[in-house]
Amino acid sequence: MDNLLSIVTFIPALAAAILGIFLRGDDAAAQRNAKWLALIATSVTFLVSLFILAQFDPADTGFQFVEEREWLMGLTYKMGVDGISVLFVMLTTFMMPLVIAASWEVTTRVKEYMIAFLILETLMLGVFMALDLVLFYLFFEAGLIPMFLIIGIWGGKNRIYASFKFFLYTFLGSVLMLVAMVAMYSDAGTTDIPTLMRHSFGSETFSVLGIQIVGGLQTLLFLAFFASFAVKMPMWPVHTWLPDAHVQAPTAGSVVLAAILLKMGGYGFLRFSLPMFPVGADVLTPLVLWMSVIAIVYTSLVALVQEDMKKLIAYSSVAHMGYVTMGIFAANQQGIDGAIFQMLSHGFISGALFLCVGVIYDRMHTREIDAYGGLVNRMPAYALIFMFFTMANVGLPGTSGFIGEFLTLMGIFQVNTWVAAVATTGVILSAAYALWLYRRVVFGDLIKESLKTISDMTRREKAIFAPLIVMTLWLGVYPSVVTDIIGPSVEALIQNYDMALADGASATQVAHAE
Amino acid sequence: MIQADLTVILPEIMLSVFAMAALLVAVYTAKDRAAGLLTWITAAFMALVALWIGFTGEGVNVAFGGMFHDDAFARFAKVAILLSAAIVLVMSQDYMARRAMLKFEYPVLVVLASVGMMVMVSAGDLIALYMGLELQSLALYVVASLRRDSMKSTEAGLKYFILGALSSGLLLYGASLVYGFAGTTLFSGIIEAAGQGQAPLGLLFGLVFMISGLAFKVSAVPFHMWTPDVYEGSPTPVTAFFATAPKVAAMGLFARVMHDAFGGVTADWSQIIALLAVLSMFLGAVAAIGQTDIKRLMAFSSIAHMGYALIGLAAGTAMGVEAMLIYMAIYVTMNIGTFAFILSMEKDGKPVTEIAALNMYAKREPGRALAMLVLLFSLAGVPPMLGFFAKLGVWRAALDADMVWLVVASAVASAIGAFYYLRIVYYMYFGTEGEALETNRAPVLWVCLTGSAVIMVLGIINLFGIEGAAAAAAATLVN
Repeated sequence: MDNLLSIVTFIPALAAAILGIFLRGDDAAAQRNAKWLALIATSVTFLVSLFILAQFDPADTGFQFVEEREWLMGLTYKMGVDGISVLFVMLTTFMMPLVIAASWEVTTRVKEYMIAFLILETLMLGVFMALDLVLFYLFFEAGLIPMFLIIGIWGGKNRIYASFKFFLYTFLGSVLMLVAMVAMYSDAGTTDIPTLMRHSFGSETFSVLGIQIVGGLQTLLFLAFFASFAVKMPMWPVHTWLPDAHVQAPTAGSVVLAAILLKMGGYGFLRFSLPMFPVGADVLTPLVLWMSVIAIVYTSLVALVQEDMKKLIAYSSVAHMGYVTMGIFAANQQGIDGAIFQMLSHGFISGALFLCVGVIYDRMHTREIDAYGGLVNRMPAYALIFMFFTMANVGLPGTSGFIGEFLTLMGIFQVNTWVAAVATTGVILSAAYALWLYRRVVFGDLIKESLKTISDMTRREKAIFAPLIVMTLWLGVYPSVVTDIIGPSVEALIQNYDMALADGASATQVAHAE
Repeated sequence: MIQADLTVILPEIMLSVFAMAALLVAVYTAKDRAAGLLTWITAAFMALVALWIGFTGEGVNVAFGGMFHDDAFARFAKVAILLSAAIVLVMSQDYMARRAMLKFEYPVLVVLASVGMMVMVSAGDLIALYMGLELQSLALYVVASLRRDSMKSTEAGLKYFILGALSSGLLLYGASLVYGFAGTTLFSGIIEAAGQGQAPLGLLFGLVFMISGLAFKVSAVPFHMWTPDVYEGSPTPVTAFFATAPKVAAMGLFARVMHDAFGGVTADWSQIIALLAVLSMFLGAVAAIGQTDIKRLMAFSSIAHMGYALIGLAAGTAMGVEAMLIYMAIYVTMNIGTFAFILSMEKDGKPVTEIAALNMYAKREPGRALAMLVLLFSLAGVPPMLGFFAKLGVWRAALDADMVWLVVASAVASAIGAFYYLRIVYYMYFGTEGEALETNRAPVLWVCLTGSAVIMVLGIINLFGIEGAAAAAAATLVN
């Protein structure tokens, strides 16, 4: 199986094509067929992707399962995974069947809905596997189209505004990244990612229009990539599209957005920013760290006052992504391990939280926190599951949320104590907003008339949560299942990063001496 | 000797003879009743000539002492011109027939315009350039006002004529200066007179006027004013024609003049063209936002797209010309599909061009809406559609020529420009129930729309091989 990665990537697209071409009509039978086909396709993708995990060799820090073909305009179609990306691939294939299962109650334009999600899966997988700059950009950017449609067609009341904001925000960021990519191509003469990781871009300080640019070309390239990834993460202050998009997107859309799409930003930092522009990254690390800290504290405070459940969870996502960027730019083993761990764990937890909101939204058609209260009386199973994921979101030891936060904080403490100190307050704040949300929705007396007939979770809903609970607990009590896989690759990444910085420093010293 | 010359321009002769014969036959026999058949025959003939040029053309053939060049560059442009003109003719037949607009002059004028364009892209001399340009323009002025009973159509024709005459005047004035300072009208002579690196001042003066005249033809800002009105006023099939073949021809001529006649002094003109490109991109992106008429919107869209294509030219390298040619080929394909869609919009048999009329279109016509969606994202330059690779190509060429600011500016413009394409998607997919728009179910329109959408997606596999042809074309022009 030389092209295992391509097979995994394009199974969903193939299923989407079959749906689009052969499935006719919009009656109940056609809808059921569309749902089943999508579920089967995503499940098969997951099963095949298990082969990747099984054959993956963590000790090898290079790229594995590499496929390479000639492509147009002197580009190459090159795919491969290493320790950093393989788990994101697994996260994607793992989440998608759950997402499809969670959309079982969709009744409008089911065929198009399933096609959009299947295409989206292909594109997301492509992002994590692409080893050619332009191929990466193609997948990265094309993912906007299905998401734009998912929010715009199946979203809530204010979906138009949210979908446009989502698209234009991310598009502007990415276009700047594309410019940087083209610049990298003309500097290095190749778009091959592994080669570019070894290429050292110019880092001599020069001035543009009288402004001294420390770190030179690398800083500029870093900033262009940063524009894209920071929007995608999202980092404060360019996070404002996320709450809107989350609130308006259908449940499944929110889950994909939180669990997978946000991770592209973090993945991008690890794949491009750190290894390719070490000097630029080093110059701007303080900025990124303080932006992360502001994100953690500020968005946690904002989350406290939200009236809308999805918005609250969206802001909590921004805060949790703050830990990720902080961990990445701590640039040490614990920091980056923790950041990747946090991304995976946040994928399960925030995905589950959005599903929790979806469960009661499907019943009551409102996300207002005030419209609920006392749900524990009628929905004990729901109360239990929601409690579990609330605790995981807070970072209770024993759940995966704790490991991620702890590792990133430990990583940053060695680099910048002040940043670590301020960021730690976020842990307290997250407990405050999450537990308060839980109290208002679940506890108390059931006094609202409309809630008196609400029913507990169905077997299908419970089945969707089961794998997420298992993963959250598993990673929580046995984190080395993740760190064993990512460890060697992260170590290599840090080694190269430090070496590049040392080279850069000695080069400047030599220049000064002369 | 003369026989060799005539062999080189055989395609042009054939088309001219065809046009005259068609005119005569139609006048003396069936008049407008034969127009439908004549349209199909003309399209078939043009397609055949295109294939003939594409498959048999070889090497560089020069005729009439250097006035006419038949090289890979000219052939690339000619194939694009003839094929797009043929497809537009086929697309217009049904639309015009049902509105009693189908006159036999229409296909004949399109052929004559195409001959003009073919001469333009082959021109090796200022006189040949002007002859081609005027043959094209005069035919276009007439087709713009094809609907004689419509105020808007006649107004469009008149506006186009007056402004076109003005631009021809500018061009001629520039050409006369160039002739005065170079002492010859042959491009091969001008390039020697211009020398390497630094051209005489008078020659530069002439160059600037010529660029203004050419910029008018490609509708680059600030010479774009005619475009929205002419696009809106002309009958839609004619608009479709304006948006495709003449743009290729004008860009081809632009590239030919710049490289064949002023190739030695690239630095002198590349900044001017870069400025035209930036202005076009931004005006096209910003001014289209408020449009409610889809034809006007496409006018601004084409202004913006010409801006991107000009980036390739501004780079002043073979890579730039190659990128520009690929850009134009992709642009023409996208526009054919988009106009096939616009041609199919109607209500009670009347054409509709209001964007708002597209409300809920996706619910009634999922297939067509999806095809249009693909085209719109391609026009916006979003991957994985071909429109993205078109932009990537010109950016790469520009960065290669160290024009970083141009690339950054165009990146920003393309993000702004994405908004108005998304607005059409918004109406089609997210809109609320409005009055139902009907769809013209002519199979030709469906084939063009779907075909162009499929090309936009499948083209990313290998660009259908036009890359090699474009590279060869660029290599013959820039050396």
